[in-house]
Amino acid sequence: MTRQQTQKIAVAVISTVAGLVVIPILLVILFIVVNGIGAISWEFLTAPPKNGMREGGIMPALVGTIFLTFGTAIAAMPLAIAAAIYLAEYAGDTRLTRWVRLAIVNLAGIPSIVYGLFGLGAFVLYFNFGTSILAGSLTLGIMTLPVVISTAEEAILSVPREFRVVSLSLGATRWQTIRHQVLPHALPGIITGVILGLSRAAGETAPILFTVAAFYVPHLPRSIFDQTMALPYHLYVISTQVPGMPLSNQYGTALVLLLLVLSLTLVATIVRSRMRQRRQW
Amino acid sequence: MSTTPISGETNVSTVSVSMIFQRLKATNWYEFVIEGLIRLAGVSTIFIVGLIFLFLLREGLPAFLDIPLRQLFGPRWYPIEGRFGIWPLMVGSFIVTVGAVIIAVPLGLTTAIYLGEIAPPWQREILKPFIEVLSGIPSIVLGFLGWVALAPLVQRLGAPTGLTAFTGSLLLAYMSLPTIISISEDALYAVPKEYRDAALAIGATQWQTIWRVVLPAARSGLVIAVMLGIGRAIGETMAVMMVTGNAANIPPLGPGMLFQPVRTMTATIAAEMGEVAKGSLHYNTLFGIGIILFLITLAINSIAGRLVGAQSSRRRGGQL
Amino acid sequence: MEPIISIRNLFFTYKDGTEALKNVSLDIYPNEVFVLFGPARSGKTTLLRLLNRLSDLIEGARIQGTIQFKGQDIFARGVDVTALRRQVSMVFAIPTPLPGSIRDNLTYGLRMAGIRRMSVLEERVERALRQAALWDEVKDRLDESAFALSGGQKQRLCLARSLALEPEVILLDNPTSGLDPLSTGMVEDSLYELKQRYTIIMVPHSVQQAGRVADRAGFLLDGELVEVNRAERLFTSPRDQRTEDYITGRFG
Repeated sequence: MTRQQTQKIAVAVISTVAGLVVIPILLVILFIVVNGIGAISWEFLTAPPKNGMREGGIMPALVGTIFLTFGTAIAAMPLAIAAAIYLAEYAGDTRLTRWVRLAIVNLAGIPSIVYGLFGLGAFVLYFNFGTSILAGSLTLGIMTLPVVISTAEEAILSVPREFRVVSLSLGATRWQTIRHQVLPHALPGIITGVILGLSRAAGETAPILFTVAAFYVPHLPRSIFDQTMALPYHLYVISTQVPGMPLSNQYGTALVLLLLVLSLTLVATIVRSRMRQRRQW
Repeated sequence: MSTTPISGETNVSTVSVSMIFQRLKATNWYEFVIEGLIRLAGVSTIFIVGLIFLFLLREGLPAFLDIPLRQLFGPRWYPIEGRFGIWPLMVGSFIVTVGAVIIAVPLGLTTAIYLGEIAPPWQREILKPFIEVLSGIPSIVLGFLGWVALAPLVQRLGAPTGLTAFTGSLLLAYMSLPTIISISEDALYAVPKEYRDAALAIGATQWQTIWRVVLPAARSGLVIAVMLGIGRAIGETMAVMMVTGNAANIPPLGPGMLFQPVRTMTATIAAEMGEVAKGSLHYNTLFGIGIILFLITLAINSIAGRLVGAQSSRRRGGQL
Repeated sequence: MEPIISIRNLFFTYKDGTEALKNVSLDIYPNEVFVLFGPARSGKTTLLRLLNRLSDLIEGARIQGTIQFKGQDIFARGVDVTALRRQVSMVFAIPTPLPGSIRDNLTYGLRMAGIRRMSVLEERVERALRQAALWDEVKDRLDESAFALSGGQKQRLCLARSLALEPEVILLDNPTSGLDPLSTGMVEDSLYELKQRYTIIMVPHSVQQAGRVADRAGFLLDGELVEVNRAERLFTSPRDQRTEDYITGRFG
């Protein structure tokens, strides 16, 4: 076999394998859309489940997930953005900084179910928040930290160093420089990070299993100390725990969850690319 | 540091000189507090990892103290009879993870090579966000698909049931692909262009260049990619729980073990925590499994993190 | 006359051990144009950046010796570095407008110093732009992006941005490096006006430029201040052989 033949075969094999990765993704999305689109109606989105959840809609679960997503944002954002500023602007190359970076890598690697256990042990039981939106949001918030921190740090570092030097040379303090020359330009990137983190949180099931998710609550939560239904858990329940559940309902729920999460990802991507276009430097 | 201004300029001079002395104005305090909070936030990440471990220990330690270790790591998981042997669960996690790695690593590395070395730019522009989308699909949605569509398919291949370790591995493989692809692509990208140019200049084909030059140069990055992929796979819960059949038994050794139902550590926690009484030994043991998972992923990520640190001293563009 | 800046036995060592400045002692007097020249990497920019402590940004560096600004040790504890940088202001080699309008650029330093009165800001903007010979070109487009200016205009904007702070000393780090001859001429011409009000310390683009603009000059070589003298003496009859070699183009 000549070298040229090897080259041709190698490229063919590599391209085929890449196709093996890409095509199933397409199929998965297509499959859910095709099977789920029929179930989606105005009623499906706005009515609570009926008749042992076999009929009716997914409204409490949808609203619960939206609440949880906002809760996560509130819980994670201040800490994550501050930590990103620390890493990008304050942390020198010290032992402490290396520990912080290692901690973030590890936070990103901790299994989601372990976050669920932590949330149960810490927020539900120790702090006595009970199974509640508060406990669930805090758990999801902590789980979201590493994604937001890394993206936000990246965004902050992408602001050219010259702006910082010029700002300091004009007599601005370090914080003024960050506040007026760094954060405004890093903002779209930071928002991208937050939305990416939220898209992850919105789709997670394991961390909310024991901290907030309810099997069935007919009404909407009234306070942050209430339990709530949530879409991912609802999908789990109706596909494995409820016998005789119509398949179209399951696909419909999966589709709504998928659309919710992917639209968040899409928004994040759009924010990022628009920011790149508008950049003046 | 004493000032002796010449006569005649006294006033002007003292005024300006005093100006470069710091006055403790309100803004200074405000900045002091803000900078303090920022530093605190940075350091708190270490604190949070510690806190997670602490709370796991708080609820899970009794399992290690009250159950004889021999039994705890024994082969029987019958919580109803008070038998808490987590060995089958560890084996379950191991089989599913290894299966996922066997599928995901070749797929992931090859796709990264395609994206980094072969694909024309327009394809890369489309494919990279597309693979990001895959990482965005919630695991419960993939689990659901595995449950309603993939499991029946696997059963038709001849397995006694569709809910097997292999079904879980297949799902897990696709779930860890984004991690493996993006990190290995970064590793390939970090290989200097000069290497490729030099290889091509002496007449190597593109494939020879990739195989003999680029891959060896990117080796440590690729190892990190695989490790983080494993970390991702071992901790995955919902999808695995839905498709692996959840039987806490140890399948006989051999390739056939992939086509047996198994139960992973993660799935056990998720499935049983809802039913146990708080404070019971069963409850403690579920947290104990959490401790083991935590330590495994901590080890994997710490080693990978160290490797990343050793591989390249980090960029410090934004440093003031 | 009392020097405005007084440097004594200054050493500057980078983290990796490179000595950028070796035992530099120098006095700068009010309202002069002092030119620091020498081959590349001889420590000119480092010295300039030390004067308003932008050198603080260089991590792990070691400083020995003293720099006094108006009799005050600028490295002493309790010195308000921001106030120092407003009084000893830097214009960089590469013109770097901040993102935002021309007006935003000019008022930035003042706003950061806590000055908010519109009337004050307006007045400073106009005066600084006039001093930098930019007013006529931009007076009708103060709210347009500073990035829309030409290279020469950008550099004059950066000069004006420093002038708006009404500093005492202006540090010019090769301010004409990227400019065409016409813009270079404009910047050089404005120096004569500026030194009536300010003290100017400048790293020149070339020996020729140094000769054109300097009142006094110092020759730096490998971190060592070889010779300081009045410009007409230094450039016509240098005392040190190394200075003469450099000026006559034998090296560097």
